[in-house]
Parts: sequence; structure tokens; C-alpha cells
Amino acid sequence: MTRQTAAVRKPTRRAFLKGASSVTAMALTIGFEWAGTTRRAAAVAAPSTAASFAPNAFLRIGADNSVTVIAKHVEMGQGAYTGIATIVAEELDADWSSVRVESAPADATRYANFVFGKLQGTGGSSAMANSWMQLREAGARARAMLVSAAARQWHVSVAELSVSNGIVYHPASKQQAPFGSLVRAAALMPVPDQVTLKDPKHFKLIGRQLPRVDVPAKVDGSAQFTLDVVLPGMLVALLKRPPLFGATVQSFDAGAAAAIPGVVKVVQVPHGVAVLATGFWAAKQGRDALAVQWDDSNAEKRSSAAIMDEYRRIAEQPAPSARNDGDSAQALRNAHKTLSASFEFPFLAHAPMEPLDAVVKLTASSCEIWAGDQFQTIDQANAARIAGLDPKQVSIHTLYAGGSFGRRANPESDFIVEAVSIAKACGADGIPIKLQWTREDDLHGGLYRPMYYHKLEAGLDEKGELTAWRHVIVGQSIMADTLFAPIMVKDGIDPTSVEGAATIAYAIPNLSVNLATTKFPVPILWWRVVGSSHTTFAVEAFIDEAATAAGEDGFTFRRKLLEHQPRMKAVLELAAEKAGWSKDPMPKGRGRGIAVAEAFKTFVAQVAEVSVDEAGHVKVDRIVCAVDCGTAINPDIVAAQMEGGIGFGLGAVLYGQITLKDGRVEQDNFNSYRVLRMNEMPKVEVYVVPSAEAPTGVGEPGVAPVGPAVANAIFAATGKRIHVLPFPKPSAA
Amino acid sequence: MSTSFVLNGKPITLDADPNMPLLWAVRELAGLPGTKFGCGMALCGACTMHLDGQAIRSCVMPLSGVDGRQVTTIEGLQSRSAKAVQAAWIALQVPQCGYCQSGQVMSASALLEKNTAPTDADIDAAMSGNICRCATYSRIRAAIHSAAQSLKA
Repeated sequence: MTRQTAAVRKPTRRAFLKGASSVTAMALTIGFEWAGTTRRAAAVAAPSTAASFAPNAFLRIGADNSVTVIAKHVEMGQGAYTGIATIVAEELDADWSSVRVESAPADATRYANFVFGKLQGTGGSSAMANSWMQLREAGARARAMLVSAAARQWHVSVAELSVSNGIVYHPASKQQAPFGSLVRAAALMPVPDQVTLKDPKHFKLIGRQLPRVDVPAKVDGSAQFTLDVVLPGMLVALLKRPPLFGATVQSFDAGAAAAIPGVVKVVQVPHGVAVLATGFWAAKQGRDALAVQWDDSNAEKRSSAAIMDEYRRIAEQPAPSARNDGDSAQALRNAHKTLSASFEFPFLAHAPMEPLDAVVKLTASSCEIWAGDQFQTIDQANAARIAGLDPKQVSIHTLYAGGSFGRRANPESDFIVEAVSIAKACGADGIPIKLQWTREDDLHGGLYRPMYYHKLEAGLDEKGELTAWRHVIVGQSIMADTLFAPIMVKDGIDPTSVEGAATIAYAIPNLSVNLATTKFPVPILWWRVVGSSHTTFAVEAFIDEAATAAGEDGFTFRRKLLEHQPRMKAVLELAAEKAGWSKDPMPKGRGRGIAVAEAFKTFVAQVAEVSVDEAGHVKVDRIVCAVDCGTAINPDIVAAQMEGGIGFGLGAVLYGQITLKDGRVEQDNFNSYRVLRMNEMPKVEVYVVPSAEAPTGVGEPGVAPVGPAVANAIFAATGKRIHVLPFPKPSAA
Repeated sequence: MSTSFVLNGKPITLDADPNMPLLWAVRELAGLPGTKFGCGMALCGACTMHLDGQAIRSCVMPLSGVDGRQVTTIEGLQSRSAKAVQAAWIALQVPQCGYCQSGQVMSASALLEKNTAPTDADIDAAMSGNICRCATYSRIRAAIHSAAQSLKA
């Protein structure tokens, strides 16, 4: 098990338990191998101990009755730890107050994310969806072994026993045994081949608003992030990276940097020049003093305006087809009425509150990593490649991540690879190194949500029915040239570039979606809700324009086109009902707009209400959100993710943009890369659709509809459509 | 050069560059890591501490600026209003990633020390310097109102 021995704070109960269980004894564990929905259980050697029962890779029960759930997913704010613990505790019939969560080690054989295949990682709002059956079975098997142990002790049949709140009962003889008293006996029980899972109507924890397991430590400052890791002799490294994407180090003069008190070393790595010091402040001063000459002969030197100009031209050329129903060209020619629009989307930074950081301890035969690690086995493989080690020699301690929004999961493992490269350049001498990015590094460092250009055309017949839809998208591919490309990119189509557009839910008989993929050296990455971060805006803003052209209100027009999409239609209706949707306009200067999306199999509709003053200042007053994510494991966390997704998405459409001027990023910090602040947060109401379907994700989908819902509300208030993101500044509005 | 001040009620002397920001002096030299680094330019509020009871951004406060003064960090919060804030944060399940929350709690408790019945406008004024990328703002607002209510009791 992973041990967060880097903890510098007072011993916690968790740390104590981990210490207590370090005396190993014989036991067993279950390794699940999953391929789709089939499962094979196999007994393998295990870390049960004299003081604990570890029936499988996902939980451990202590003699002190503690239940430690092993989380294969990172906790980055989305509530994964609480969700994971809830699923296990439910089938185990554990006492919730005794449940703890510990991060799993990097291990694709035990901790793969089934949505990704044989990789351990978190993303695509998949943590609950891919853990659901796996963890229910893990909990149920452990429960069965505890019950078997009690039945043997009491010489009764298992059918006579019941379990509640971490205690096994034999009602007939009034005997009872807490889990902790059964750990030794349970470890000797055979692993059951088959277990019966609970009927959802008997759920006691799933569906309740249980408090998050991570909240107390995040309120008193004791939660441990990578920033907080301190190891004996550790050095802090800041890396000077090229000012242009694609530039490399030509030469450097370490003299002035090395003269700063506290600076220990200056080393060159493939990504730039690193200054290592005894603390952050010395490293920062050293880096400021460092003189580097860059070779920018292969660097991107264009401005983002020039890139968008090129995209506009590319959009007029033929491009690979992502979807083609009927004959959209013919239908547009035959239409009674046509409309067209283009939408422009900027690069966006993720800007998680914790700037990227990683701690690495590298020797000739081992590499130990501490990070808010979102892509464990990819990071493990990349670290091993850089270090010249076998992946088995790389261990990862996954800590709380101070936000990510996709940034910490990247195929190149950029910040992990940088840290390992620095440790290697220092001689792999076992001295721990903490690589710390600053906010400027974060905003200048790339891996942005790509820029996109969308061109849309639609045709309506005499009755105002939508008969034609043509959608062209231009932009970089997130998946191209990554290890995911062979599986993901087919016939020139990266599905993450067109999701939400090629998968448009509306019934339109003649529909085409084409994608032109561009390539240049600005590094890009998925950003919260991935393709739907731009496609939903284009589709939902343009369908609103079509509704206006048809003389209908946005709700009624959409609803008619969703007759065959019951779950999407249901969230649309629920949001409209709760918002008090009306065809009648709001008072002068105010407006309401609606948008709906499906992302990661979750359906979300939002109604926005805005006020716009005469200068064009937009105030988003209220967002009403309806969500269908299947079984809501924790409805309060579902609501929190919708609230947070709305604030995140709203900040992006109001202000978010990374721009290049002659190849240089123009934004440096939160003054020039504006994000949503307290005074700009609307009132948010969230309604969760009751459902017995399997759970789907909630971390990302709430982001998708907010931008177009607000843009459509601004149109209702002002009569002006928005086609360039972010929204215009008040003076220009 | 050494700087002496009172940190969480206890006198401390740090021998360090007087220009070192208080944030790093407290985190790395005094060993209290609850206060976070987010921007280094007083733009995000993750590094908020109390200096003589006022909320300040420790990432731009030179160590020399706190000589002889009282500094409180998230680890040293003791006041009734601070405890009310933390209790409300738990009751309303405010944090998500949690990284900014030390700073949010520090700003909110400084607000309630001065203003026991803040309006929404007061909350906007006191809290708009604290960024939360998880956008937990609705719950922060509700928790501040809830903490203010509990202080009346």
C-alpha cells in the first residue's frame, strides 16, 4: 500500500493505522481483472496483517473496526474519495463513521480505469461509472467473508446472520461481533466465487447526502497537497522554460543564479534550465537571475489572430466527415429560409489553484514520486523511460490535487517528466527534488484547450422545421500524436474534436459535420468537458438562432427536436419548469436563455437569467440546472459539481483566453487571465433527476451548457448574438 | 538577518532574507504548510494570513514587514468567529479540491471579526480577492451567513 510518509504534519488517524498495519502476516486478497463487464477473481498473495483484514485490493478492515478504502482515482475536488468509499461501505454494510480513504499505488493490473483500458487514471468523468460494479463486488465479497467467519465462530448458518453499521448479528442468539473482532478469522475464509449485490431499494448510504471524507482536513489546513511535501535534504527546483513554444536552450550562464544564497545547483534538462535551491524563494530569485539564450528557429511565432485568420480560410476547404445524414447541401439549397454563423474559441488554460508540482526521489534503481497524480500508470511509464528504469521501479504516492480540470492528466506527463529529468541531471543521487511551477509558468506553459473555429449553416422549411444542418470545425487534435491516437483517431477524425457536434441529439434529417485538423507547436490538452467545451456552445447558440428564425422560443423548439431523446428531453423540461420558463420576455434589460447537453453519458440542461445594463455589463443572476447522471451516489456532491462546473464554465466564457503575440503568451497571472470571482457567481439551483440507471459522471458535464445558456439570455436581453469567445468587454458590447 | 514576531500566539525568530515573502518563511522555515501558494502577486488569496487581525496576502508581505507583530495562520485560528466559520464550512460542505480553502477561511473569519452580520455586498467586498477555481462561491457565501447566524446565538 502507498504510504504518504512525506507527511510533515501531526500523525493523523490514517497515518497511525497505516503504521499499525505494517507487520505483515499471511492472508489473501482478490485481484479483479476486468474486460468490459466480464470479471475474473483470482486469489493472490496479499497485504492482510495481524491487525487487519485485506480481502481484496480495495479495502482493509482493522482490528480497531476501521475500514480503509483504497482509492484508485485521484481526489482533485470532484468527490471521488467519498463516492468510492460510499460504494464499498454500502455493500459492506460498514459503519460510515469508521471509513477512511487511502490512495492506491500505481498499478494497472489492480487499479485500471476500465474506460481507459489497461491504464490507471482519472478523467472523462469516469471515476464512479467505472468503479460502480467493481467496488460493489469488492464490498460484497468482504462482507460475505466476515459473515462466514462469524457463522463459523457461532456454529450457525450464514443465512441466520445480518450485518449493519459494521457489526455482524445473529438475532436468534442475540450474539453480535463488530468487524474488527472478525478480521483474523475472516482472512482465513475462502473468497466467494459469487456474491449477491444489494437491491438498490435497500441502499442505506448510496443516495444519501453523506459528508465528504476530505472536508475536515480541507477546513483546518491539514490536508496534504504536493506543495506540502517535505523530505529530508529536499531541494526546490524552478525551471526556466523557453519563451516561445518549440524553442530550445542554446546556451546559458549560471553565474548570477548560482550567486544567490541558497541556490545549490543549476542544471540543463531537455525542457529548459533548472535552478535548485534550499527553498522556493532562493530558487525563484535564482531563476530570475538566470541568463538563457534560446534557439527559436523552430518555434511558433505567429499571433493567435493570425491563426484564427487561417482557420477561417481552412473552414472553406473540404474536410474529413465526422457525420453525414441525408444531404445537407441539397437540403440547404431547397430550404425556405437559411441562416449561418461562425463561432471563435480561444486557447484556455486550466489554471488549477495549486500550480503544478511534483516531488521526485531518484536513485540508480528506484524512482519515488509524490504528486496530485491523475494518470498514474502513464506517469509511471514516462518517468521510467526518462530515468532508464523499469516501470516497476517507479512508485507513485498520489496526494490530494489542488484542482486539475484535466491538466494533471496528460500523455506526456509533462511536469512529472520535468521533475524526473531534473533529478537525473542532478545525478540520480537520491536527493529529493520538488519541482514547483509558478502561476506564470502555468499560464505560459501550454497544454491549453485548443483554439477552434466553427462554421454553421441551417435550413428551415415553410413550417419552420429544421431540415438542414451543416457544421464545420477547425482546430488542433488533442489525441493526435499521443498514445491514444491509434485507438481514438479514425479516418482523420479525433472524436474529442467533434463530440457534442457529431453526436448532436436533435432530430435533423440532413446533417453533416466535418473536421479540419490543424497542427502547430502550441501544446494542447483536454480541458474540463473536453470537446463539449466548444461544441456545445456552437450547437446550443446556433440552435437558438434557428429557433428565432423559426419564430419559436428556445425551449419549445428544442423540445420538439428531442422527442426521441427521453432523458435529454426530461432534463430540458425539468430545468424549464423549475426556472419558470416563459415565452414572454423578461423586463427591459433582463433575459433568459436555455441550453442542454449530453457529456460523458450525463444529461444537463440549464436556464440562465441575466441582467445587462446600458454600458453592456452582464450580470448573471441565476442558473437553474437539471441533471440526470443515473444513480446519484451522493446528491450533494452532484449538486456541488454542477455549481462548480457552472462557475468554471461561466468564468471561461466571460473572460477566459490565452492569446499569443508573435508566439508569446500575453497572459501572466490572474490579473490578465481573469477567472470567475465571488461577486460574479450567480445563484445556482440544481435539480437531480431520480434514476436507477448506473451512475455516470458529474465532474465535467455541468460546464457544457452554461456558456450558451448565458449567451442566449444575453440575446433575449439585448438582441445581440455572441459569436466570439470570450464575451465582448462592456465598452464593445 | 533575523526577524522576530508572534506566530499563532508564540514568539518566533527567523533568520532569513528580510525580503523573503512571509508565505515562504512561514511554510518552509516555521514549518506551517496550511497556507498555500497560488499566484505570488496578491491576486488569488490562497496565501491569506492575519496580521494584527487583518487579512493580508502573505505572498507579497516581506518578512521584515511583520517584525514585532502578530501573525495568525490557518493552523492558529482560535477565535469564536473562526471556529464558527470552520464549522459552517463543514456543515455546508464547502470545499472541493480544498487548496484555496485555508485562504477562504482566513478571509471569512477576518470579515466576521469586524462585521458580525455581513450583507451579500459585504461578502463580495471581503471575499472577491479569494479565487476558487472549483467555484465553491455559493457555498462560501451561504457558510458565511450561517456562521454569522451561529455567532448571534
